[in-house]
Amino acid sequence: MNHFKTLLGAMLVLLAGMAGAQERPTIEIDVSGGNIEPVPLAVPQFIAETSGARRLSGDISSVILSDLVSTGLFREIPGTAHIAAINNFNAQPLFSDWSVVNAQALVTGAVSTGSDGRLVVKFRLFDVDAQLPIGDGVQYAGTQESWRRMAHKVADTIYSRITGESGYFDSRIVFISETGPKNDRRKRLAVMDYDGANLQYLTDESAIVLAPRFAPNTRDIIYTSYETGLPQVFLLNIDTGRRSQLLDDTTNMATAPRFSPDGTKVVMSIIDGSNTDIYQVDLNSRRRTRLTNSGGIDTTPSFSPDGSRIVFASDRGGSQQLYVMPASGGEARRISSGGGSYGTPVWSPRGDMIAFTKIRSGRFHIGVMRVDGSRENLLTASFIDEAPTWSPNGRVLMFFRETAGANGAPQIYSVDLTGRNLRRVDTPSFASDPDWSGVVR
Amino acid sequence: MGLKKTGLMLAAVLALGACQNGGIFGDNGGRNAGQTPGGAIEESSLEYFATAIGDRVLFSVNEATLNADAKRILDAQVAWLNQYPERTIVIEGHADEQGTREYNLALGARRAASVRNYMVAAGLLETRLSIISYGKERPLEVCSSEACWSKNRRAVTVVAGGIGNV
Repeated sequence: MNHFKTLLGAMLVLLAGMAGAQERPTIEIDVSGGNIEPVPLAVPQFIAETSGARRLSGDISSVILSDLVSTGLFREIPGTAHIAAINNFNAQPLFSDWSVVNAQALVTGAVSTGSDGRLVVKFRLFDVDAQLPIGDGVQYAGTQESWRRMAHKVADTIYSRITGESGYFDSRIVFISETGPKNDRRKRLAVMDYDGANLQYLTDESAIVLAPRFAPNTRDIIYTSYETGLPQVFLLNIDTGRRSQLLDDTTNMATAPRFSPDGTKVVMSIIDGSNTDIYQVDLNSRRRTRLTNSGGIDTTPSFSPDGSRIVFASDRGGSQQLYVMPASGGEARRISSGGGSYGTPVWSPRGDMIAFTKIRSGRFHIGVMRVDGSRENLLTASFIDEAPTWSPNGRVLMFFRETAGANGAPQIYSVDLTGRNLRRVDTPSFASDPDWSGVVR
Repeated sequence: MGLKKTGLMLAAVLALGACQNGGIFGDNGGRNAGQTPGGAIEESSLEYFATAIGDRVLFSVNEATLNADAKRILDAQVAWLNQYPERTIVIEGHADEQGTREYNLALGARRAASVRNYMVAAGLLETRLSIISYGKERPLEVCSSEACWSKNRRAVTVVAGGIGNV
């Protein structure tokens, strides 16, 4: 138990380190270069308890390991270093076999298939030094097709037990897949698991599509498409493929839609020639209400998680800055105060932070600030880093990074709220405009 | 026959391929439409409009105001359009890659509207023109420096409609 406290202690230090990361330079942070010591983790291949489970047992333990290692908070003790295997899920592991390879956390598991073909995945988490389990064993059951989701659920539980934060691995990303040269780029709406698996295209290349956003139900998507000729806002259900234009408005351009936290409304920009204002659209009645009325460009609105306020970008004062207003419209208060211009603000799921794109001296940054604009912290810097989106637990951001030059192209990256653990998310083609779903139910 | 068919299919594929990024009235639409073999460019042609008059005006960073050069080009565009009253136009507003996607969409619209407002003030019927913004979605030049950005911050007058429009 004492030793396990060491493990927990290490994680607590790590979390404290996260909060105190303000002074760190924010460029291209190397996970192993900080003062965080990732927890050494062993996930020996899960036992196949029935012959039907043999095909998936190794894949499941691999996904769990990959989820946890990708956080930068865990370090893999690779299978080649293991000196023992786990052959019986119910027997106490021989902890000395795992301490000798320097594992601090050990995950054991077993996979079986029932007579109905359903898959059962169970696991236990151990503190090797303390020689004690961390929490009870847990069992998940589901269809064989949902094996990845079950692996993500296991990883979510492990992450949550060790960090005290809720997990985010059982989640999806909707984004824009891009192909072709810079001056002839083709764009398609696509959705994938948070780790890049199960990619599915939702539109063809026939029209430019931009900036998709998930509804809270994780099944509906709202996005901008040029399919009518003008940029306008469309709704799409991933399961049924059913699509509809939000407003039957053939003259105005509409962009930057985003759902309200209860999923009943959408906020977006309507471009009326030289003026761009923010509107709210009720999804039942499709009735629109104007929320801003400045002569400037008001765009990229995002609700606070309680639905009471909206943060948006506006150049009403000259340069583009961030403003917060009541969700019903009314007086907007500027919150950004640093040099440069700000765009694409997104309220964190925890409610206390705003992530944004900042442009200063020809460089783009992904940054975060408190809701009142204080404690601005730039997490990244490059030629173009744009459009952050929060993980469901508010600990990680995804965004897209576009390289400079004639062959420049975008890719999706993720970075911790601290600026650590910058990683590229693997996609088969160029990718931009990610939006992270809530945890799938 | 076989070759010819392949050629036609290729042309069809190319035309389809041009859809997302150019459309039938894209930046280069009809650029060569009015050229007669060995002759001068026909004044009523889209090519004449695009090259002799100039189909685009350029803007400063984050700006939508028209400079003297831009006004001179737009005056000539209006004069040409007055000669061919059956023509309609779409004004495309564009931005360079230095801003965020959504802001650039609004900025492109501001530029297109700036051109529209100027032309309407110069007497062009508002019903003959419409505007669209592509933001930073359709760069003309691909380098990442001012040499290219200055050409991408543009509003392009795309002529459509009218008899003999190709």
